[in-house]
Amino acid sequence: MTSPQIEIQLIAAVVAIACAIPGVFLVLRKMALISDAISHSILPGIVLGFFITHDLNSPLLILLAAVTGVITVILVEAIQRTGLVKEDTAIGLVFPALFSIGVILIAKNANDIHLDVDAVLLGELAFAPFDRLIMGGVDVGPKSLWIMGSILLSIVALLLLFYKELKVSTFDIGLSSALGISPMIMHYGLMSVSSVTVVGAFDAVGAILVVAMMIAPAATAYLLTSDLKKMLVLSVIFGVFSAIAGYWMANLLDASISGSMTTMLGIVFLGVYLFAPRKGLIAVLYRQKQQRTEVSLLTFLLHLNNHSEVEERHINHLQEHINWQKVRSKTVLNLALKNNMIEIDNNIVSLTEKGKEFTDLALEYIITNKDEKIEPMKDDFFLFRG
Amino acid sequence: MNLLEYFELVITDYTLRTITLGTAVLGAICGMLGSFAVLRKQSLLGDAISHAALPGIAVAFLITGAKDTNTLLLGALISGLLGTFWIRGIITKTHLKTDTALGLILSLFFGFGMLLLTFIQKQPNANQAGLDKYLFGQAATLVESDVILMVIVTGVALFILLLFWKEFKILLFDADYTKTLGFNTKFIDTLITFFIVLAIVLGLQTVGVVLMSAMLLAPAAAARQWTNKLSTMIFIAAIFGAFSGVFGTAISASQNNLSTGPVIVLVAAVFVLISFVFSPGRGLLFRQLRFRQNRRDLQLQKTLQFMYDIVKTHDNISHPHAIRILNNFQGFTKKSLQQLEEKQWITLSGQEWSLTPKGFSKAENLYNQPSTNISND
Repeated sequence: MTSPQIEIQLIAAVVAIACAIPGVFLVLRKMALISDAISHSILPGIVLGFFITHDLNSPLLILLAAVTGVITVILVEAIQRTGLVKEDTAIGLVFPALFSIGVILIAKNANDIHLDVDAVLLGELAFAPFDRLIMGGVDVGPKSLWIMGSILLSIVALLLLFYKELKVSTFDIGLSSALGISPMIMHYGLMSVSSVTVVGAFDAVGAILVVAMMIAPAATAYLLTSDLKKMLVLSVIFGVFSAIAGYWMANLLDASISGSMTTMLGIVFLGVYLFAPRKGLIAVLYRQKQQRTEVSLLTFLLHLNNHSEVEERHINHLQEHINWQKVRSKTVLNLALKNNMIEIDNNIVSLTEKGKEFTDLALEYIITNKDEKIEPMKDDFFLFRG
Repeated sequence: MNLLEYFELVITDYTLRTITLGTAVLGAICGMLGSFAVLRKQSLLGDAISHAALPGIAVAFLITGAKDTNTLLLGALISGLLGTFWIRGIITKTHLKTDTALGLILSLFFGFGMLLLTFIQKQPNANQAGLDKYLFGQAATLVESDVILMVIVTGVALFILLLFWKEFKILLFDADYTKTLGFNTKFIDTLITFFIVLAIVLGLQTVGVVLMSAMLLAPAAAARQWTNKLSTMIFIAAIFGAFSGVFGTAISASQNNLSTGPVIVLVAAVFVLISFVFSPGRGLLFRQLRFRQNRRDLQLQKTLQFMYDIVKTHDNISHPHAIRILNNFQGFTKKSLQQLEEKQWITLSGQEWSLTPKGFSKAENLYNQPSTNISND
């Protein structure tokens, strides 16, 4: 590994961490799309800032662009307050307009500006190591590493300082105002931090991919845990892993670094989405199927309980009586047999002692309708689940 | 070339006519179908779909190796639909919320698309130039067959819209009721979504992936301000869309270095702004005017009520009183007194005022409901 390669990976990792932390809160607050809006609408801010400072890495430019980000949020909220359109339409109207202004400004001043539209969308991570920060004649490292490093440090400091406040205002706005923590200040604080992060990361990964860096790690982590601290740690891990793996993939394919970082994020998300132990797609589908069968089993047992007459309990007539398809009645019948809840004598189905007890409890559950009762009950009685 | 010359050329020049017609048709279909997106609160779905279409374009190019527009758009359509259904899957099967699902699919698909585009650019065959026009759109690349395709799709969409008008409308405003009536909501829903995706894909060549969502939203959001009727809204949205397309293309063609997409979006944004401010029913300007009018009326009524309280202690209602005694009440000015006189509720003479019989009866019934609303009295 050459030294620019190490530096690129270092920058990518720092960007990933800096994006993942505010991303967690955006996802939890259902404001993920605000990051999309901010990342697009800072473009005119960056262009105007560039006219003033003539330096893409100047802190003033980052500040100006971040202000544009916060203005976007305020503008969206103002349009929403007029009640003329819904929130999502407000977001969808504001950021394309601002982004268009940015693109047109770039196009009209293409000669004076070292920005082109591709760089806007993709960022230029590959060139980041060549813009060095020289301090007192000594080369201390790439400029963007220093910028993102300081942004990351401030994010971590703010997170540690306001962890409790952020947590409360994210999960319970009412409680947080009652405790004297202004949800407004937290909201705009988070928006400002996100804006600064987006602007800082913009240079490295571009306008749209910064959205992926913010949302994808947090969403992936959210599928695996419901604990805020674990979610923060997991999303940082996912972010850094995808950043570094993405870099090597880009190396291999000779393609855009930020594009392959996002693709890595996508692969990680897809994996977790499918295979997450409790909230993943497969687990959810399996659980849904299981619950469907178990509900059918309950209906079946209740039917047996209600009918003492033999013709209602004949094995070949179950389908007609409860209106099931053949396959389903077979599954349910087998499940009931395996769990010793029924016995079959001369093709006549009847409840066992255990089945009777379970049915009575289930009946009580249906009458009282208390959700927390049914699962432990199933655990007590079932040897095999549906 | 300035704008005027452009419109002169549209009549004579074949290429310009094709382009202008294309953007007009595109704007119309986007406005039409965008109305559904806006009313179904799916505004940002368009954004996600348009971004999600990018990898489809790249994959279609990688497979066929040709830059045939229709093949590329077919790829975009498939990839857009894939994105849409994945969004559905995330929302219904996991506890992630709509915004997260949209943001995820949008950025992940787009990132993957950019990876493929940069990968294609590094390939040895030189045929790949021009794929990046799908990012911001270039109306100048429209040819006659593209326009014909757009017209056909618009026609089919319009036909389906009219055929399923009742179903679309009822699903839009009361989905649960639709289900209880026995309509196949899943089918109607998929049909609308499919056409929205189709409109987005058609626009990619002209407006580009990044800004396509605004093309869908802006005309509809503007039209919403002028009417409360679905059919009128769709009609107005189509007109707004067509005009944004034509003006946007004209402006971008008359300047150097301007992609069509951003200009069309800005023109559409101007339509939205005008509608927000000036629409008579919902617009901010008239709302403010109505608000002021109501406040003035209320102030007059307050003064009148106060006068009534004084007058009703006297036998003669037209007995004059000094204006001075209104002093402890802040609500009157010279102007408001004059207005009261204009309405013939009071008469003024020098420093005194007196209530007219008309004013008295007005004040008496000020807080009563109009008599028509009182039942069997």
